[in-house]
Amino acid sequence: MKVGKDLVAASAAPLVLGILAEGDNYGYAIIQRVSRLSSGQLEWSEGLLYPLLHRLERLGQVESIWGTAESGRRRKYYRITTQGRAALAEQRRAWRAVDATLEALSQTLQHLVRPIRELGSPT
Amino acid sequence: MTDLSPAAATSGPEQQIDEWRARMLARPGVAPEDVDELEDHLRGHLGALEALGLTPEEAFLVAIRRVGAQHAIAADLAREHSGRLWKQYVGADGERPGQNRASVLPMLGFAVLGGLAVKIPVGYAVRSESGSADTALFAAVLALAAVATAYLAWRRRPPVPGVVGAIALALGVFGLTQVLYPVTAPGHTRLLALLHLPLALGVLLGAVYLGRDWRDLDRRLDYVRFLGEVVIYYVLIALGGGVLMGLTVGVFSAVGLAPEPWIQEWVLPLGVGGAVVVAAWLVEAKKGVVENMAPVLSLVFTPLFTLLLLAFLGALLATGRMVDPDRDVLIVVDLVLVVVLGLVLFSVSARPAGAPPGWFDRLQFLLVVVALVIDVVVLVAMAGRIGEYGASPNKLAALGENLVLAGNLVGSAWLSFGFLRGRRPFAAVERWQCRYLPVVGVWAALVVLAFPPVFGFR
Repeated sequence: MKVGKDLVAASAAPLVLGILAEGDNYGYAIIQRVSRLSSGQLEWSEGLLYPLLHRLERLGQVESIWGTAESGRRRKYYRITTQGRAALAEQRRAWRAVDATLEALSQTLQHLVRPIRELGSPT
Repeated sequence: MTDLSPAAATSGPEQQIDEWRARMLARPGVAPEDVDELEDHLRGHLGALEALGLTPEEAFLVAIRRVGAQHAIAADLAREHSGRLWKQYVGADGERPGQNRASVLPMLGFAVLGGLAVKIPVGYAVRSESGSADTALFAAVLALAAVATAYLAWRRRPPVPGVVGAIALALGVFGLTQVLYPVTAPGHTRLLALLHLPLALGVLLGAVYLGRDWRDLDRRLDYVRFLGEVVIYYVLIALGGGVLMGLTVGVFSAVGLAPEPWIQEWVLPLGVGGAVVVAAWLVEAKKGVVENMAPVLSLVFTPLFTLLLLAFLGALLATGRMVDPDRDVLIVVDLVLVVVLGLVLFSVSARPAGAPPGWFDRLQFLLVVVALVIDVVVLVAMAGRIGEYGASPNKLAALGENLVLAGNLVGSAWLSFGFLRGRRPFAAVERWQCRYLPVVGVWAALVVLAFPPVFGFR
């Protein structure tokens, strides 16, 4: 199962912030990590990640540092800021609210469906 | 669609990465930093794929696919950084911003020197009240040229000692005329010298700008471009400076202070001189902006000037002043023709290389031809006046100007015609303009150096 495009875009910011909350990281590794964590259900494109990182940097939620890779080349690392952590906490709450609503809905459905099923199936 | 050229498929991965970088950088809204970042990403893919056993060539093909089509990713980046699309990043042409920042302090130093080059002679003339204004201006222009030479020589490291020495010598010779030539009334030749000095220096400074390449005709076009862009920036800075000074006067007058004398004595001369260096620096630091602007400006003003010249030719015919135009008409016509020449030079330098002849080239041909017709009319009228009333320095200077212009216009018209007929490349027109530059410089230098003694310092 693949996650739809809109949902990928909406969930990208909290996921990036969450990954950076674990420690500083760079673009390629972030994409790899997302892919692994979601067991391949979330496939990010570079055209999604880099503009997003730059937007978060402009908003002050992450900052970037030029470091060197193991190969000795320049590599741009991103670090989450205090503001970014606050945003992450907020977005987590929002996602939990969505998740809880979906959960509650399926519970209500179960409540409605079960009696009907029981009526329909003679035991 | 992949962004691979057929040539890239046969060369090594490193070279392919370089080509990919160059194409990425050329896209609007993409900064060098972004390309560095994406290159690191590409290399991440390459490493992973090669670890899986792919050859470097195969890995490159797959990785480039994964990074995505260049236009898509560039568009995504540009949407995030929409500001970059119209104000390109400092150092967009491969220079790192740090390098530009490092050149800011020395540039400011040169700008202060440039300001002083104007302030000191002008201030001295104002204070002593004995020195004439044109000597002060002459000295200011020379000193400013010296600062500009030093700045350009510093920018184009290593400076070519021969070229810098020759220019120092030329500046010295120009300066000596002010010391050796006597001051007499009414000073026509002095005024002419002052008017022609910037022209001569403008051509001369090209040698410092180009360094060892000053003989190279194609590189001379770079200098023309540079000069045109300096003029644009200078005008912009002057406009901003004017607003600033006006507001300063307004603000201080409102609280009962009169800052005008202070502004006239300090801010104005320092600004006029310093802005030259700042404009020259900006051209190099922010090349991307003006490169976009030059074609637009020439596109807007070439049709307008063509209309102006056509209307003027019509007016000359209708009023019958064509036969005997008076002095004012001649002066205005000269000014218009000089601007037209500048415009042609500017359009030539801004034209995309290798494009086939189009409507704009035809329009420019028309502009040159109309200018040439007017120039010939004026030349004939002038020759008539000189024959009737005798020669004066002003008349001869104007006559020479028109001859120099006519020479350039004839060459431009002929070569443009060949280009429009598809018999010549556009490079022929470019080279003609570049070859002609020294002619303008030599004529201007002649007016500065030779006119005063020839006409008895009138």
